[in-house]
Amino acid sequence: MRPLRGLFGSGGRAPFRDPAPTRWAYRYQRLMLTPSFRRAVRVGLPTALLVFIGSYWAAQDKNRAAVTAQYNEFMTDFQHRPEFMVTGVDITGANVSVAAAVSGLVDVEFPISSWSLDLPVLRERVLELSAVEDAVVRIRAGGMLEVAVTEREPVAVWRHVDGLRLIDTEGHMISMIPNRSARSDLPLIAGDGAMDNIEEAMALFAAAEPVFDRVRGLVRMGERRWDLVLDRDQRILLPTEDPISALNRVIALHQAQDMLDRDIVVVDMRNAGRPTVRLSSYAMGGLHRVHASSGAEE
Amino acid sequence: MGDLYQSQRAMRNMRRAAMQRGVVAILDVGTSKIACLVLRFDGAEGQGEDGIGSMAGQSSFRIIGAATTRSRGVRFGEVDAMQETERAIRTAVQAAQKMAQVRVDHVIACLAGARPRSYGLDGTVDVENVHVTDADIGAVLAACDVPDYGADREVLHAQPVNFALDNRSGLADPRGQIGHKLTADLHLLTVDAAIVQNLLFCIKRCDLELAGLASSAYVSGISSLVEDEQELGSACIDMGGGSTGVSIFMRKHMIYADAVRMGGDHITSDISMGLQVPMATAERIKTFYGGTHATGMDDREMIEIGGDTGDWHHDRRTVSRAELIGIMRPRVEEILEEVRLRLDAAGFEHLPSQQIVLTGGGSQIPGLDALASRILGQQVRLGRPLRVQGLPQAATGPGFSAAVGLTLFAAHPQDEWWDFDVPAQKYPSHSFRRAVKWFKDNW
Repeated sequence: MRPLRGLFGSGGRAPFRDPAPTRWAYRYQRLMLTPSFRRAVRVGLPTALLVFIGSYWAAQDKNRAAVTAQYNEFMTDFQHRPEFMVTGVDITGANVSVAAAVSGLVDVEFPISSWSLDLPVLRERVLELSAVEDAVVRIRAGGMLEVAVTEREPVAVWRHVDGLRLIDTEGHMISMIPNRSARSDLPLIAGDGAMDNIEEAMALFAAAEPVFDRVRGLVRMGERRWDLVLDRDQRILLPTEDPISALNRVIALHQAQDMLDRDIVVVDMRNAGRPTVRLSSYAMGGLHRVHASSGAEE
Repeated sequence: MGDLYQSQRAMRNMRRAAMQRGVVAILDVGTSKIACLVLRFDGAEGQGEDGIGSMAGQSSFRIIGAATTRSRGVRFGEVDAMQETERAIRTAVQAAQKMAQVRVDHVIACLAGARPRSYGLDGTVDVENVHVTDADIGAVLAACDVPDYGADREVLHAQPVNFALDNRSGLADPRGQIGHKLTADLHLLTVDAAIVQNLLFCIKRCDLELAGLASSAYVSGISSLVEDEQELGSACIDMGGGSTGVSIFMRKHMIYADAVRMGGDHITSDISMGLQVPMATAERIKTFYGGTHATGMDDREMIEIGGDTGDWHHDRRTVSRAELIGIMRPRVEEILEEVRLRLDAAGFEHLPSQQIVLTGGGSQIPGLDALASRILGQQVRLGRPLRVQGLPQAATGPGFSAAVGLTLFAAHPQDEWWDFDVPAQKYPSHSFRRAVKWFKDNW
């Protein structure tokens, strides 16, 4: 049977058809003109492909290990370049014993990369030394680790049951000394709680300047007040409140009447309204004798 | 009619959605060519103080894609071979989309053939409150007594053309006015339902949604008649390939539309038969040498009509231009006589102004206006479509007046019957209001 199409058109030829897009070409063009779809194809698809390839590659242990090794090698190479290397330590501002202690704390093997040094930790460790007030730890140009130490300045000697120690103005103990004569230039402080009131003690020592050659030291009594101990076992008992003016009064009495040169054991200034002196037993006997003779004369 | 009302309302909603989206396509499925324009709406247009935007409100859209293709499978403006028509629509839409670089989902189409028939209806209702409201207009439009136009026909346009309130007639917009009795004149245009369905099916097969449907005669009138012609009364004769549309405008409303099932293709086929040449050659001869008025010069102007049979005598035939005109003229006269009959049937001679505008591809025949003025009346001019933004130069000819008219129709559609709510749908609230009114009046 002849195909139906051949019956139409001229001469049995297939009729000429005007060009037209096929249904699928038409739909494809419309789809590609849809903005969201277009974006998905032009951006989303390549991105998804890249992510897929990347994740597939990274999913293999061998590749990840290779990346890690490469990274580590590069980092090591970079950090061990000569400009980052530290070759030694330079401790400044410390005396021999402190410097020895500090160099003992810096327990690193030189040369070392500056990336491996943890300077804040090092500084913390240096600051833990009691003799060190402040420290600056830095890496100086030329590959030197510099530890600039500010030592504590001792202002007094503190006597305690286990020996003598040097203390600074803030009451920090610095180091022990074998005997008093090792630092005879510093005043002596004793008693519990003395360390917490170093500033007051220093003010009292300054006030006691006129009798400084006689001063043996300050003793903190009952963790609340001071006793100024002079030689010949003389004691000046100072009040809790305003001990400096009390001491000034004693000094003034001494300068006017040479009170402290007399045979007095204790000057009790604890009650500001009623200063009291205690004579030695010998002086007391002498006083009785004077009273008796003057009474016999009468 | 309720079903149609709903489907037309659905189409209006689709048009609104397309406006929101900003892109809508215009599809003019004609017998000789299929034109597709892609419009882009740039949001709300800025309106002047007089409420009219720049360029009379046509600046709100721009044509960003235009494509034309030779039509196939369409005869008399009706789909004849559905596959071929679908392919042709696809070609046009694809090319327009490619030019616009945007995907189009909504399309507004026009229909040239499908045996349009006009009816003038009127309806009267009592105004419910003192002022005329939208509901009253819906009621008066629903009250029009619809003639029995046949089960196989559908309403294409149902435009209110005139309102009368009590004894005042000629109101364009009675809303808000005070009166008792509201009368409306409705122009109803029906077309063959099966032919519309075929076109809709073709468009649906191209994955497009229909956002509007208009008569080709109507939209050519919108684009090629100038404002005062529309106001005073005029007829637009759109001479297409397979059918010639006639639409009469009065007071800026279409009051009559019809179509003559003859067009340029019939002239071509006359030439083809008369000169024994293929249709393509006949079309070429018609467009190059065609005319309607022979002069002495035309007897001497010989046209080579050619052929490819191999017979020298057959292939070297010539024909004088006067002979060609002698073939064309009777057919053109026949078309114009048919148009004349339609105009007479519509009572065109009673209009205050009887301007006749010839447009469409067929109106480019030289000397047509002289011939038309003999047959139709003295006031004849050749019309070209309005210029709209972005329209390519190739699409400014009279053959595109329907396509350009559709763009105007898409931008500013005329209020139709289905733009107003039918009062029956809101009956419950009205009955309650009526009860309250009764109580107020009687107690």
